[in-house]
Amino acid sequence: MINWANFISQVFNGLALGALLALISSGLTIIYGTLGVLNLAHGAMFMLGGYAGFVAYQATGSYIVAVAAGALSLLVLGIVMERVIIRHFYGRPHEDQLLVTFGLSICFVELVRFFFGSESRNVPPPGPLSGVVSLGFAIYPTYRVALMGIVAVALVVLFLVLYRTRLGMIVRAGIEDAVMVDSLGIDVYRVFMVVFGIGAMAAGFAGIVNAPVVSLTPEVGEAILVQTFVVVVIGGVGSFPGAVLGGLIAGEIISITSMINPGYAYVMLFAAMTLVLMLRPHGLLGTPGRE
Amino acid sequence: MNADRLYDRSPRFVIELITAGCLVAAPFVLPYLGAAPNTVNRILVWGLFGIGFDILFGYTGLLSFGQSALYGTGGMVAAYLLTRAGFPHVVTALVIGMVAAAAVGYLVGLVALRRTGIYFAMITVAIAEVFYFVEFNPLSEFTGGENGLPGVPTPRFDLGFVKLDFSTGWSLYPFLAFCYFLGIVVALRIVRSPFGAVLRAIRDNPLRAAAVGHNVHGYKLAAFVIAAAYAGLAGGLLGVMQAFMPPDAFMFETSGQLVMQTAIGGRGTLFGPLVGASVWLFLQDFLQGTLGLGASWKLVLGIVFVLLVAFLRQGIIGGIRDLVRWLRHRAAPVQEVAAEEAAPIVPADRHVAPLPAHAVSHGAGGEPILRASGLTKRYGGLLANADIDFAVMQGEIRGIIGPNGAGKSTFFKMLTCEVAPTSGTIVFEGSDITGRSVTDVCQLGLTKSYQVNQLFNRLTVRENVTIAALAELRGKFRLDMLRSLLNVKGLQEQVERTLALVGLTARRDVPVAQLAYGEKRRLEIALALASSPALLLLDEPLAGMSPRERVETVGLLKSIALGRTMIIIDHDMDSLFELAGRITVLQEGRVLVEGTPEEIKSDAKVQEAYLGGVNEDLAA
Repeated sequence: MINWANFISQVFNGLALGALLALISSGLTIIYGTLGVLNLAHGAMFMLGGYAGFVAYQATGSYIVAVAAGALSLLVLGIVMERVIIRHFYGRPHEDQLLVTFGLSICFVELVRFFFGSESRNVPPPGPLSGVVSLGFAIYPTYRVALMGIVAVALVVLFLVLYRTRLGMIVRAGIEDAVMVDSLGIDVYRVFMVVFGIGAMAAGFAGIVNAPVVSLTPEVGEAILVQTFVVVVIGGVGSFPGAVLGGLIAGEIISITSMINPGYAYVMLFAAMTLVLMLRPHGLLGTPGRE
Repeated sequence: MNADRLYDRSPRFVIELITAGCLVAAPFVLPYLGAAPNTVNRILVWGLFGIGFDILFGYTGLLSFGQSALYGTGGMVAAYLLTRAGFPHVVTALVIGMVAAAAVGYLVGLVALRRTGIYFAMITVAIAEVFYFVEFNPLSEFTGGENGLPGVPTPRFDLGFVKLDFSTGWSLYPFLAFCYFLGIVVALRIVRSPFGAVLRAIRDNPLRAAAVGHNVHGYKLAAFVIAAAYAGLAGGLLGVMQAFMPPDAFMFETSGQLVMQTAIGGRGTLFGPLVGASVWLFLQDFLQGTLGLGASWKLVLGIVFVLLVAFLRQGIIGGIRDLVRWLRHRAAPVQEVAAEEAAPIVPADRHVAPLPAHAVSHGAGGEPILRASGLTKRYGGLLANADIDFAVMQGEIRGIIGPNGAGKSTFFKMLTCEVAPTSGTIVFEGSDITGRSVTDVCQLGLTKSYQVNQLFNRLTVRENVTIAALAELRGKFRLDMLRSLLNVKGLQEQVERTLALVGLTARRDVPVAQLAYGEKRRLEIALALASSPALLLLDEPLAGMSPRERVETVGLLKSIALGRTMIIIDHDMDSLFELAGRITVLQEGRVLVEGTPEEIKSDAKVQEAYLGGVNEDLAA
């Protein structure tokens, strides 16, 4: 017999995880869509955001400062990384881009391990958001409820940037046809740099706001990266709405399967991905010819 | 170690002999260099694992991050048989593990190869993660979960007169070295086979590989299964080597380490993974032990790897090869600079008999070889082609002209089945080919030379033509992976004739990247020609050529037209009027008019289409 209260709280969990995955995947998918580079270091950036926030929290004790530090330091890192390394790989085959970002992800993980060790670190939730709250069907940690709101706001901000600003218009045009954008007299490389920064920031922000829920280890990004890939395959590469939809689907699959048997969470996730690949090879909201 | 060229000039078996020599010498030499036997054994297992991966990545161009799944599968199956199931025979268990991994690889490949490029990479990552979780949880009864499977025995052979017992360290080494040697011998045969040639073509240009008539998906799947088999065997050997099958074989890190070792050593070399593994394990020993860096040795490794990918793209072996070439070049400068203009077609070449076209199944009676009816292509709101009725008779040379944007290239893409028409049918030699694949259509004898060169850029001129000729001689898919390319009947003859016909015989061993533009255009035509098509479509064959090259190419086209039907798109009216018996004029996606060159020249509608009515103004 299914325990309904348990079921509903798992659905709720799935929503929280889904929103988080949606945010991280949006970063990955707009980077790929615009620059044509699949960033295998995206998971490591999620992890770095958490650690940057952790350092800021240690120094100031303020959650707000920690979140700002996590997001902004990744924005800067993203811009620097695009300038110094990624830029030289636009003209090279996809495999080289995968190799170099994979190498960078190892550097990031090992760098963090070097400074912080392998033991887990914690960033506590801010005072007003600690404790638990009753949602009627279940008692729930307050911060998890708040997290959903925080991530939802971040997604809305990202949406507004992408769909309501001049930069967003250029980015979306670039996803359709970067060469065309370039020939319209827009400095495509500057756009690339900004997009990489924003994508990295999305991962970093997600990393720090998620830190109070899951303790930080250098490996925390690895599992997230895999889930992000599934989200992007399900949603369709280069599609922001696809990343959101795919994130929510993946979050629910993981949560609900975990309730029955955690060992099968990935199997179900993978089954869903296979199903999408069979029925809609370009993803639920993807466009053919974008890869 | 020049395993990446199809036509290797070195004597036969030289690489095999050198490999055997090195493997035999290793246990006598390496101890003096301070190498521990277990490290050497480990390098061999990684090297063997990497051979298959290199066929997949270095030769076929498919970067998989999921090889750990197959490595683990092979290892677990073999270890399970030898420990829990009480299976007595080690070698048989290893083979069963290998077959199991290959079978799993086939199923995984069916899913992963539905998409290419980065999608493929992402899907393989996801698959590897699934296997990891399945191994740990639902299947832990069989795999030992996080404890793995301890007690894997080592192989013993009782040959009657002598008992061979391979236990551990140097005494296990001969067994592993033999497995590695076998793996290399088979892999060398694979990469030198016609099958291996097609894999390289897919790596360089999958679109063209399909267009010259190879079943790209089938070959990719086969490469994936080969890689899986190697992974499975290596996984089994890992268990034997450690007397324990560790569950972390399934971890993503295993896949990552394999990818990095292959890239470090040099992809597309077969020996790259072995070199990479040596570097990896040596660095680990050196940095961790000698320098006392502890766990942070991986940070150094990561930095080294990033620098290597950035600056030494073909890895250590590739770097050495480039260095050797450079030194040789300096020692004996060869005039190998790309010509400013294409070398002229030597007059003698003109006498080469053109290749016979595909036999036509029925007489050249009144039936056209190709008939398109009501062909329409719509891209969203844009009508590229509208209701085109078009027929070409056997042996005809048809020209197609029309202003830019008239839909000429779209029309060609529909005829070769690169794009499916929105409506309408295409009948070629009496059979309906609408909706067939470009590969099938090429196999039937209809192919195209592209407007923008679609060549296999890392291969030489001769290798390019070989790829196209193989499609005709072997059909669209064949698993002849142990056969030598040199033994394919009629291949050399067909390749040489094609090269002579387009005047590239003297440039046969030049990589495509060093060709002049005009030569590339001729190679583009040669690729279409090498499969002996009955109907050849040429999309702007004269585009971008100098006047002299144009004259030569027109001569070339005339000579290949014998016994063949051709349809040519070009903007060079004079050349086209000289070549074609009839001309079709397209405008705004429709057939404007059709007729002999004389009729077209004097047609008022054509003049208006090109000159926009200026004519009347002038006449007035």
